Amino acid sequence: MLEKRFLNGHEVLVEACIDAGAMQMFGYPITPTTEILSGWINKSLQNKNLHCLQTEDEVAAGFAVCGAIMAGQKAFTATAGPGTVLMQDALSMADGMRLPFVALIGQRGGPSSGTVIYSQQEVNLAIHGGNGEGLRIVLSPSNLEEMYTLTRKVFNYAYKYRFPSILLTDGYLLKTRQSFSLPETKIENQKLLALVDEASQKNIRNIYTLEKELMSELEKNKQDFEEMSKEIVEFEIYLGDNSLDEIEDLIIAHGIVGAVAKEAVDELNKQNKKVALFRPITLSPFPKDELNKLAKKIKNIFVCESSLGQLHDLVKQNLEVTTKISGIFKPAVGVEVEEIVDLVLSNK
Amino acid sequence: MSKDAKFCMGCGHPIVLQTLYKILKNNNEEQKSVLGLDIGCSLLAWDFLQVNTFQTHHGRVTPTMVGFKRAKPDSLSFAYTGDGGAYSIGLQSLLWAAKRNDPVTVIVVNNSVYAMTGGQTAPTTMKDQITLTAPVGNSEEPIDGLALVRAVNKKAFVARSSVNNPKQLQEYLQKAIESQKQGNFSIVEVLSYCPTSWKTFGVETNNFLEELKKVFVIGEY
Repeated sequence: MLEKRFLNGHEVLVEACIDAGAMQMFGYPITPTTEILSGWINKSLQNKNLHCLQTEDEVAAGFAVCGAIMAGQKAFTATAGPGTVLMQDALSMADGMRLPFVALIGQRGGPSSGTVIYSQQEVNLAIHGGNGEGLRIVLSPSNLEEMYTLTRKVFNYAYKYRFPSILLTDGYLLKTRQSFSLPETKIENQKLLALVDEASQKNIRNIYTLEKELMSELEKNKQDFEEMSKEIVEFEIYLGDNSLDEIEDLIIAHGIVGAVAKEAVDELNKQNKKVALFRPITLSPFPKDELNKLAKKIKNIFVCESSLGQLHDLVKQNLEVTTKISGIFKPAVGVEVEEIVDLVLSNK
Repeated sequence: MSKDAKFCMGCGHPIVLQTLYKILKNNNEEQKSVLGLDIGCSLLAWDFLQVNTFQTHHGRVTPTMVGFKRAKPDSLSFAYTGDGGAYSIGLQSLLWAAKRNDPVTVIVVNNSVYAMTGGQTAPTTMKDQITLTAPVGNSEEPIDGLALVRAVNKKAFVARSSVNNPKQLQEYLQKAIESQKQGNFSIVEVLSYCPTSWKTFGVETNNFLEELKKVFVIGEY
């Protein structure tokens, strides 16, 4: 039996990064991810192998991560909201050069400085924030134990597949304090890779003379991403007391709203509603085939999220059946169990 | 020693790069050296020398090399940039790298214009100089980036040379490398030719450079 501790999301993330073999963090204070920076600094006082630099802004933090990765060190950053916007500059370089760039993003309300703790409004930015169709891995945890495991995966995927990889969470989950225990099975770390070393001369570019040269690079990236997708795509189907065959309605939610929706499924079961939850864990690559397989038998889809419809758009993009979609779209505001229950019950 | 230059005819970049390479080769330090490249004409250096290189983004080479050096302290880390990348879009990171005394060497090739985009006003454009974005002449005085660096770092090696004085350029680059090895920030600004943007021919190009030298003080700061 593994030890149970009472931790918050920031503490879990710092621990996951250390266990993933990260040696350096570059970051700039911003709510709600500041405590990752201060937490990492505190750990680096005890462990001399851990390094940190509080940079002048998120742009510098991102590029310093790129530089450290080039030199062969596992490095990462954490940011939020307007910081996620500034981070796109470095993330775009990582997109173009296929750097194993790891970013932990704590979504907050926007646009602009918005609100400082919570939203699910950075889905598009995390997946598509760069110029020129960069491909990224984006994982969304719904509780602290998953946050730990997914952070370990984010590092491993970044190094195994060489796409920038993002853990997309929010300030509610980061500030949540829960009983936490490490996963039963040990997670192995992917090996480091130094893009630049003394053994060989490399000249690495991110700008191309010929349009066709760039196009063929991007086509190859797309192909690699699609091949990888089969291996890493992840989701949860929560049926409650129902069996798969009897499901009529489907709730789709991710992150902390996914955890809320699970409770709503239990509640709706008590009222004899045949409803299940589909929770994408990899927002990118999206679990398209799995959703479509399930959606064939479904009468109604309810997308629930703390945004005007970023998850809804992802679902629409990937859905091959014309099932009716409605939902709860509350930008930067939390979704409650009762609201989901009412939505499903009121649907005729 | 190097591949064919991709730079324009008469460009000063190859002089700076060859001078740097000569030092590294003499010191037997090519392998431990890494040349990070800003975007602008600097990016054309990506496969010019037999050292490890990589391109970054416009204005971002300094923070990238700060990260590189912190991850690999035994490397010789160079941030190679133009005057726009160093003193305009990248000024914040340049000053903070200097202020923290990060042991990297920044080489700023100052030709007084944004040359890759065709010759627009740069932070180093002289007063009354005509550019594509100052067609009736620049109304402002240029910035002295080295004075700013010196203001935030007393230990750094800070100097300005020019491509028509390669002996001095070599001496300053060598001193900048020594400064990095001693754990200090260093910056060498090199006044450089851009006949394409200046629209100068033959001796006019050298005369233009001499005019730049009157505005930008040559020597150690």
